[in-house]
Amino acid sequence: MLIKKTADIRPSEITTKDNYLNRRKFMEAALLAGGALATTDALSAVIPEERRSKLDGVIPSRYSTDEEPNSYADITTYNNYYEFGVRKEDPYRNSQEFRPRPWSVEVTGNAENTGTFALEDFVSPHQLEERIYRLRCVEAWSMVIPWVGIPLAEIIKRLKPLSSAKYVVFETLLDPERMPGQRSRSLRWPYIEGLTIEEATNPLPILAVGVYGEVLPNQNGAPLRLVVPWKYGFKSIKGIVKIHFSERQPRTSWELAAPHEYGFYANVNPDVSHPRWSQARERRIGSDQGGGLQSLFAAAKQPTLMFNGYGEQVAHLYEGLDLRKNF
Amino acid sequence: MDTLRQVRFIWKPVVFLVCLVPAFHAVGDIYGITGDLGANPVENLQDRFGNWGLRFLLIALSITPFRLLTGWNWLTRFRRMLGLFAFVYVLLHFLTWLILDQGMLLAAITEDIAKRPFITIGFAALLILLALAATSTAGMRRRLGRHWQTLHNGVYVAAILGVWHYWWQVKLDTSEPLIYASVLTVLLIYRIWHRRSHRRPKRH
Repeated sequence: MLIKKTADIRPSEITTKDNYLNRRKFMEAALLAGGALATTDALSAVIPEERRSKLDGVIPSRYSTDEEPNSYADITTYNNYYEFGVRKEDPYRNSQEFRPRPWSVEVTGNAENTGTFALEDFVSPHQLEERIYRLRCVEAWSMVIPWVGIPLAEIIKRLKPLSSAKYVVFETLLDPERMPGQRSRSLRWPYIEGLTIEEATNPLPILAVGVYGEVLPNQNGAPLRLVVPWKYGFKSIKGIVKIHFSERQPRTSWELAAPHEYGFYANVNPDVSHPRWSQARERRIGSDQGGGLQSLFAAAKQPTLMFNGYGEQVAHLYEGLDLRKNF
Repeated sequence: MDTLRQVRFIWKPVVFLVCLVPAFHAVGDIYGITGDLGANPVENLQDRFGNWGLRFLLIALSITPFRLLTGWNWLTRFRRMLGLFAFVYVLLHFLTWLILDQGMLLAAITEDIAKRPFITIGFAALLILLALAATSTAGMRRRLGRHWQTLHNGVYVAAILGVWHYWWQVKLDTSEPLIYASVLTVLLIYRIWHRRSHRRPKRH
């Protein structure tokens, strides 16, 4: 189990001293040169544009679960991404024409290194890691997904937030021409999500650029999305174009849509029901496929774990907080 | 052959088979013959049976207005069959939830029925349809006399609860439940209008 493996990792075990210094040099160089870096170094993350391209230089992570990942087909055809429609198959169906290039990320607010970064410059100073994480949707289904990405904490470190930055706010691209779901008012656009600065600098969240060792498909949030494995899936915002360091807690999209059903924290919690359904158990996608009636009958829902099983890493973030009120 | 015989020996069997198509399609998809059930098979089955239950319920409810508008009295002959198919698909929807989704866990099932209002009203609609199906035979109709019609007016309650159940269940996008709600509203308004404008004068 993941919990055992990660119990006693020190930062020095994750990053060797050489890499650490090297990376620092890179971060500084990237900022000085405005990101015009050569892509030859082993550390630099290169995100090809071509669909299904392999990502190079991906290293494994100790934070990965050893549970069996879901199939590529399940991960890429069954998900929520309301920018491309409200049904589970809509993101896959309606995002094929989407071109996630050119892409830039605007950094604003209470940080030293604000400005607009081309995607390539934004990710290139970093090492890509594979993180196999459980994903628990608020709709009570779950998957195991082998993401490829960069620890969010490292990106934030590079952006140097000021001490007044208490929250990190993320925003999805607003472009109804390219994102047909935004032509209907299913949610208030653009999609907004946020984390406390403590959550954002925890080692678990990543900015993902790939899945299954390949470049992230459009329907899964290309070219850049957040993955926060201990929170319900809707916190893991896709198609990020803006990162804002704020003093105040943002009003996030689902909170605005249904405040009594979706909160800012949205931590996976089997003890706090959604007003309309229980969160105590979840259906693991893939468990009941392909074997006719027999597999349908055999597949039971499994119990949902507190913080989606990542309590060891994140429970301390919420000490003293009433998780029933702050759902 | 006269119309009634045609209805009985040709059209009723044909409609019966047509009504079974969604069930055969589901079986075909379960075994990967006619398609598949996608990433979340249980949800897929549950949703499709629920949808077909509502559709058949609305089709059954539209028989009488349609008969009144066209004067095709033989349409009445299909009403019971369509209503029973509505019940069968609603029952399949319920059983999919009970057995495949909830895994027959009694605690979870009773909690859901008691504490989740959308499930409570869906369950109430099922119980109404069960009562109607059980009293749908000619024998029961005779035995219940004038109470039969009173009981069977409950189909409107079931339909309202069913659409409400669907509306309440969707996360955000109500466009599909809105279609069902609109059709049901039109059918109800027509019934009320028809009853008012054709009220028989009281006998003295």
